[in-house]
Amino acid sequence: MNVKKQFRDGLITNNPVLVQLLGMCSTMAITTTLFNGIGMGISVIVILTCSNIVISLLRKIIPNTIRIACYIVVVAGFVTIVDLLMQAYLPSLSESLGVFIPLIVVNCIILARAEAFASKNGIVASALDGIFQGIGYTLVLIVMCVIREFLGNGTFGGGLLGPEGAGIRILPEGTAATFLVLPVGGFLTLGCLIALMQYLLRKSEEKKKGGEDK
Amino acid sequence: MSFTGIVSIALGAILIENFIFSQFLGICPFLGVSRKVDTALGMGLAVTFVMGLASVFCWLVNTLLLVPLGLTYMQTVAYILVIAALVQFVEMFLKKSIPGLYQALGIYLPLITTNCAVLGVVLLNTQKNYDFLSSLVYGITGGIGFLIAIVLFASVRERLDLTADCPRSFEGFPIALISAGLLALAFMGFSGLKVF
Repeated sequence: MNVKKQFRDGLITNNPVLVQLLGMCSTMAITTTLFNGIGMGISVIVILTCSNIVISLLRKIIPNTIRIACYIVVVAGFVTIVDLLMQAYLPSLSESLGVFIPLIVVNCIILARAEAFASKNGIVASALDGIFQGIGYTLVLIVMCVIREFLGNGTFGGGLLGPEGAGIRILPEGTAATFLVLPVGGFLTLGCLIALMQYLLRKSEEKKKGGEDK
Repeated sequence: MSFTGIVSIALGAILIENFIFSQFLGICPFLGVSRKVDTALGMGLAVTFVMGLASVFCWLVNTLLLVPLGLTYMQTVAYILVIAALVQFVEMFLKKSIPGLYQALGIYLPLITTNCAVLGVVLLNTQKNYDFLSSLVYGITGGIGFLIAIVLFASVRERLDLTADCPRSFEGFPIALISAGLLALAFMGFSGLKVF
């Protein structure tokens, strides 16, 4: 088990969104303000880590033929817990994420990690994998949020900073390209980010140094 | 439920609030199985079918079971179980009675369980407090919206693979995402549509 390699895999070389291309729906849908991105990211880290631990514990008990159904039930349980906690303590976040919190159940990242990693590895490795993959996902969400919010709305940190949580205004009102906070912007921003990632990975491969410069 | 109400739900689900282009539900199969028009069509039809069925069954489970027993906090778990069971039954039924269709859909059937458009439509039905008929209409027309989106996108992508001359970093997925973005831009035009 190699913690350092797992860390780099989760964050860069095997990033769940940019390299494995998983969890697209939530990545594009909720990244309009920084608050949403961080909230969603933390929920996924918690759920992914917990479900990885439980699935890793049960990996010898779950029959092979119905494993996907078992994984979904485990994940759905944790999603319900997070959903109810969020409704109780962070109602504004719960409202702005809306249907995408219960939809974490079918987020491909979680099922893919359960299938590809937690069902084959020990508890500690699975927990670390959950944390690192979750952080990798959160980082992408935050980058997407910052880009889309800055270019599409002219602000930074919406929902967290500034007067009444409206964010700190950087560009004057009316100069921003509003379409970036609309659904279109999600597709375009993510497309450009993945292209950038492919470019960087290819560069580092060409150099054969192994060190990423991102 | 009046006729105009149903028409407005249908138009809303197909064009104005298209599941793919404005609600971001079901993006994974949308990007995954849109390389060829035929497979995209098969996937779209299967999803439409399951979305219609899931809307009906989850509405029944919610109204007859969860609400009277005060178990509405179990909604997410109950719904995903209903959907998983439904997909399994549809698979078995098709295998027995319509083997042709079963072969055509092949591997896409089991994948539908984890399609967030299916769970999404069910959750939205509950959130919007739709009655039985509205749920059914919303489920089916939402699926039709998905079908239109994935077939359009697959036709764009087929031509893209043949003719596109794009920068190396944009090859494959990124350029597909960007063309999907442009399609979404076109669909934004429908948001001006006023229904009754």
